[in-house]
Amino acid sequence: MAEAITAEIFHHLVELAALELDADESEYLRAQLNSQLKAIRELEAIAVDDAAGITSHGVPYTPDISATPRADIAVPSDTADAILQQAPELDGRYLVVPDIPHTDLT
Amino acid sequence: MTTRLCDLTAIEIAARVRAGSMRAEQVLDSALERIRMVEGRAPSLEPYVLQPGDRETVHAFITLTERRARAQAQAVDRAVADGKDPGSLAGVPLGVKDIFCVEGTPSTAASRILANFIAPYTATPVARLEAAGAITLGKVNLDEFTFGSSNESTAFRPPPGNPWDPRRVPGGSSGASAAAVAAGEVALSLGTDTAGSIRQPAAFCGVVGMKPTYGRVSRYGLIAFASSLDCPGPVARTVTDAALMLGVMAGADVHDATAATVPVPDYLAGLEQDLRGLRIGLSPDYFRLRYPDPQTGELREQPITPEIEKAVHETAERLASQGAEIIEGVPMPNTHLGIPAYFVISRVEAASNLHRYDGIKYGFRYPGPVSDLRDLYRKSRGAGFGVQPKLRILMGMYVSAEQYEKGYYQRALRVRTMIRRDFELAFHPKGPHRLHALLTATTPTTAFELDAVYGDSVLMQYADLLTVPADHAGVPGLSIPAGLDAQGLPIGVQLLGPDFTEPTLLRIARAVERATETDAWRKARPKVLAA
Repeated sequence: MAEAITAEIFHHLVELAALELDADESEYLRAQLNSQLKAIRELEAIAVDDAAGITSHGVPYTPDISATPRADIAVPSDTADAILQQAPELDGRYLVVPDIPHTDLT
Repeated sequence: MTTRLCDLTAIEIAARVRAGSMRAEQVLDSALERIRMVEGRAPSLEPYVLQPGDRETVHAFITLTERRARAQAQAVDRAVADGKDPGSLAGVPLGVKDIFCVEGTPSTAASRILANFIAPYTATPVARLEAAGAITLGKVNLDEFTFGSSNESTAFRPPPGNPWDPRRVPGGSSGASAAAVAAGEVALSLGTDTAGSIRQPAAFCGVVGMKPTYGRVSRYGLIAFASSLDCPGPVARTVTDAALMLGVMAGADVHDATAATVPVPDYLAGLEQDLRGLRIGLSPDYFRLRYPDPQTGELREQPITPEIEKAVHETAERLASQGAEIIEGVPMPNTHLGIPAYFVISRVEAASNLHRYDGIKYGFRYPGPVSDLRDLYRKSRGAGFGVQPKLRILMGMYVSAEQYEKGYYQRALRVRTMIRRDFELAFHPKGPHRLHALLTATTPTTAFELDAVYGDSVLMQYADLLTVPADHAGVPGLSIPAGLDAQGLPIGVQLLGPDFTEPTLLRIARAVERATETDAWRKARPKVLAA
């Protein structure tokens, strides 16, 4: 059977995933993905009751076991500085990033 | 080897510390001594070269928080001296899977991309355990972002070894959580279960591991993998300790809208009751495995390991002798679809959750030159993520792409409904089986050797074949030790029950424990403690 994830499709996925990969890694990952797809194929062979609906969580979240949403009130966080300190590069309280790619439309 | 303070059960440690007959610091010192004895060299990000002795020790801790632990122990001892109650886990040594944020500690997810991340807040389950007096000894190893069933995908190596035979894996992804408990480094460990990541390592390491009902324990502060499946839960040496720990952690949380508001019962209350009136099922679908041939992809079927099957039947006999009614032949026909559906659902959720790691806000940033912002993303993520996160991101992208989504993702979510229905029918109080619990093997095999399966991501995933259906269905599951195989490796059996019936599962598990108390295998100790 032909490979489902061709080199071209793989390249597109890698772009979407924002990953830089070397050649060996790419080869291994693509082989593993195609191998996993064979396992998933079992799903295609079975009769699925479309009327069954989808399950997004196993446990049904009925109102009697769900918390009511909390009031939408802004509360100042006392961890803002600690969170900022985790940034790899800061300028004061600004995060520093390299050039942002853009297209000049003029 | 003589029994040390660190080998006592959590409930006994807490009782003695609260009574003032033992100090929390004494317990801490005992645990630290055990850690020095069994740990071996600490796991690190350095390029990994196997060294002599690596496969004789446990390597559980990515980060030891000794100073923090001592301050906690001293606070507990002061409270006792002042006549205050330090809590139901007073002085109990705790290991935290390094997928939970603990304020002021590196919280790495066992990934290079978070290796330098210091959590600015503490996860709810950890906060509750510490508020009850537990002493956090540190952060323990796992598969990178929990992606694996052997703990070998961690970026911090040497990977943990199984205390019963350190040449073998402790299971995964909460591998080091289970290993640290088995080796007596901690009395309790906090793990997470997404496809079996608490129960499978608990089975491999001969300890008790529980995946509670989805939503029973808050996920606040848990670094997300598959948000619709992730469940924090206890790992302990005894059923009573697991019950004690669950009771402290469980319950609604203002920070997690998926934490259910179901009242938390006293999990210790009914533990010693016999099993009269309980119907416990056995399903043929949990005694055989269907998996694709690694080469051809063709489906194969084979029975689970005979010694494990025997352990399940012996456990059933023990349960019957305590008053339970055993119902054989319960159909769970969609069990074999658990892994294929998981390959789709978990990957879509993982790809979404892992998109936040960008080298900008926190964590690893590629240190070399980059051309622009996108190049920084690509290089930071390329160098920061290991192979398993990359695989999951790419698969998640593929199966959720517009042209494939209906065939894969939507189909998998419907298969999930079918798996849930198997459980609903088996447990329905007016259904044909009316089960209070299903008894199965936890794993198809006992612990395999390091390097034996790693690298084949399909074969590795099938280690979760018997545990993943409960994650899809959201129902609670509990793995308990049920003997040793001919090689002296632990065998685990699993109990699955309806939503929020943790008290029943714990009661059944405790009955197994009582019934096997005098068995010869109960006296066996892990190899790392034999010296």
